[in-house]
Amino acid sequence: MKLVKQMTRAGVVCLAGVISWSAVAADKLTVYSYRQPFLIEPILKDFTKQTGTEVELVFAKDGLAERIAREGRLSPADIVLTSDFSRLQELVDKGLVAPVDSEVLEQNIPAQFRSPEDDWYALTMRVRNVYSSKERLGKLDLDYEDLGKPEFKGKICTRSGKHPYNIALVASMIAHHGEAETKKWLEGVKDNLARRPQGNDRAQVKAVKEGLCDIAIGNSYYLGKMVNDPKQIAWAEAVEINFPNQDNRGSHINVSGMALTKHAPNKADAVKLMEFLSSDKAQAAYAEVNYEYPVKAGVPLSGLVASWGKFKADKLAIQALADNHKAAVRLLDEVQFDL
Amino acid sequence: MILGLPKRWSVSAFTLAGLLFTPFIALVIQALMPDQAVFGHLMETVLPTYIQNSLLLILLVSIGALLLATPAAWLVARCDFPGRSVFQWALLLPLAMPAYIVAYVYTDMLDYAGPVQKALRELFGWQSPADYWFPEVRSLGGAAVMLALVLFPYIYLLARTAFMEQSASLIHAARVMGCSPWRSFWRLNLPMARPALAVGVALVAMETAADFATVSYFAVPTLTTAVYDTWLGHGSLSAAAKLSVIILLVVFALIGMERFSRRKQQLYQKNSFHSGLERYALAGVKSLAASGYCALLLLLAFLLPFGILLDYALDYFEYSWTPEFFEYSANSLLLSALVSVLCMAIALILLFIQRISPDDRDALPARLASFGYALPGTVLAIGVLAPLTLADFGVNDLYALFDQRGPGLIFTGTLFALVFAFCIRFSAIAIGSLESSYKRISPSMDMAAVTMGEKPLGLLSRVHLPLLKKGLFAGMLLVFIEAMKELPAALLLRPVGYENLATYVFQYVSDEQLEYGALAAIVIVLVGLVPLIYLNRSLEQEN
Repeated sequence: MKLVKQMTRAGVVCLAGVISWSAVAADKLTVYSYRQPFLIEPILKDFTKQTGTEVELVFAKDGLAERIAREGRLSPADIVLTSDFSRLQELVDKGLVAPVDSEVLEQNIPAQFRSPEDDWYALTMRVRNVYSSKERLGKLDLDYEDLGKPEFKGKICTRSGKHPYNIALVASMIAHHGEAETKKWLEGVKDNLARRPQGNDRAQVKAVKEGLCDIAIGNSYYLGKMVNDPKQIAWAEAVEINFPNQDNRGSHINVSGMALTKHAPNKADAVKLMEFLSSDKAQAAYAEVNYEYPVKAGVPLSGLVASWGKFKADKLAIQALADNHKAAVRLLDEVQFDL
Repeated sequence: MILGLPKRWSVSAFTLAGLLFTPFIALVIQALMPDQAVFGHLMETVLPTYIQNSLLLILLVSIGALLLATPAAWLVARCDFPGRSVFQWALLLPLAMPAYIVAYVYTDMLDYAGPVQKALRELFGWQSPADYWFPEVRSLGGAAVMLALVLFPYIYLLARTAFMEQSASLIHAARVMGCSPWRSFWRLNLPMARPALAVGVALVAMETAADFATVSYFAVPTLTTAVYDTWLGHGSLSAAAKLSVIILLVVFALIGMERFSRRKQQLYQKNSFHSGLERYALAGVKSLAASGYCALLLLLAFLLPFGILLDYALDYFEYSWTPEFFEYSANSLLLSALVSVLCMAIALILLFIQRISPDDRDALPARLASFGYALPGTVLAIGVLAPLTLADFGVNDLYALFDQRGPGLIFTGTLFALVFAFCIRFSAIAIGSLESSYKRISPSMDMAAVTMGEKPLGLLSRVHLPLLKKGLFAGMLLVFIEAMKELPAALLLRPVGYENLATYVFQYVSDEQLEYGALAAIVIVLVGLVPLIYLNRSLEQEN
């Protein structure tokens, strides 16, 4: 009898403890982030030092928009950070964001990198590069379109076609060429794959180093990360970085960005953090720590990124990536790109 | 057992079981919602491949695990050879290995850049992948091998017991009539062990159907990864729920098979008498082959991956020995401990009521609560989130009614969701384990206690509990190890900022850098070993 009572009591205490585990303090900010914590945390620490506002960072690879939608007006999230544009658009489409009217943001972020309705802001640009084996191909002057040509049969490695970075690239192809032609191109690329799409961008460069393929598709900043890893520098040294479509429209770019949530519990501080992320200091940190291209004019690139040289970026409106996102996913399924 | 039982006991049992059953209802409701043609699109493009992959994987893993486990079980149960007493328990060790960790280690070793293919290239002077053929690790076949390697002990354990308990007189009779060991294996031992094997296969198949991490790492699209992608990638909860229902149909078919086999099994295992039976003493080549086979199995399924894990951990020790490592370990241990206590409490309450109630219907709650084990983590997450979100809003609306500021997301935003989900999934283990202990307590014991004036609660705390101590402990350990390993539910249901060992390790696996998380992976394995060794010892004492 006693034992049962004690067990019940212990259970109740445990549950109560669990429930109060994450009591939300009022002056705290909560950031939901698709971006890796190691990059964001130092910047957030700076912000806390400057303003005294504590920031809690929640990282997830997938499903944050879904989560905010479900949490609705009870959501603790103030700001969402994304690593690509489609995820910003998803937030907008689901009606989860609130516009931010801030002169600082308007000054820091050029018009092409923010929504006309002020409901999202880009923070950095990232290029989808084509890496080629130094030994077997050397530096290439090629277009994305060439990746579907038979001359590269069995030579290309890439991560899953359904990864947002690849979906955005396909979306840009649809914007330029239409669906029918893009589907043909995708079939060509699929035929040229050296192996089933797998791993992350880094793993593709590694595969080039090991001789499994000659061409890897990957974002530019991965090269920077690999150069600074004692084990991975050998992979980085095995490849040349190429910026595609330099003779015509320019290389495909995507953006990482941020948005204020509709039900943000702490809007005032959230806007301050957004402004901080667009400031010289934070923008320079993105450039230095993660080898990205800051959107704010005049912020210096990291030495390494500058050494890759200037390049021409595709002027396609970022919005077009979102407009063609669904079609891109559908085409990838239709050609069974990952299977 | 006839005992005056207050009505509220049976009502509370049904309520408890009903709570544990809510995800099923939630799933069906979700699946009936419109989904903006996402499901239709999937059906036209990739779904057939997903279903085919899932079924093929289940088939391959079942066959593979059966082929690995049966010879080992028979050798250990029926033969004497060097190392037998060690293999007897050591062959259970792979159960402590999460499949995705084994998968990672083997990929590192066997893919194009790994040491094995490198050595082959150097040996034969091959230059590129076009020069030779090597099986691709990251494939459906590869995933099947990995899963078979860590899941075969389920079959091994059941088959070993079955082989040991087979009636000695039958086998003696066969021997007297000149039946060779080999023939008696095919004509007697194996057919008699068939029900046990079938139960083991059903368990393996269910675990395979629930696997998310291995197939996700290998980029083999199956129904479980499709649920994840559809929910979080396509953003369609309803289409994901439809996929989940398909998975459930597969799993229920497997459960049906298991139940059917168990019923038959009871016919076969009538009071088996097994003490007088001698094991075949193997000698020469035969004993070498027996030891060799068991050693190889142990090496491939446990020693090799674990050794490599240790090697990673030593190389990257300074990166892994961090405050986070301790925080996540504590999180995992606390969560698993809490869940195992709760599950045992649920099992105890439901089984006690089932036992002493005169009403047959009171056996239903325990059955109902056992269904949760059929829910793969990804599916479970969907089924749990919907009702809990409703509850969250209900509570906050209630506060608002009285012009109070609500407490926020007390269910979905806290560990509650995770604990709830784990209880749903693992209560079945607790019930199963406790049920077998309960059966050993003679009903006359209850009668005697009641005659001497014990009330129901007294019967539970003063008669049953002391006798069930061992079963409770064993069940608790089993739940504990499963809770330590469970990944997809933890991944999808954890509150903001919460990380435990499983999610932490998987993050590194999916980033292709397990080296940094190797220490945490080792903790998962080591913690899993403790209950295995304990359980095996108590099993042996019974024999």
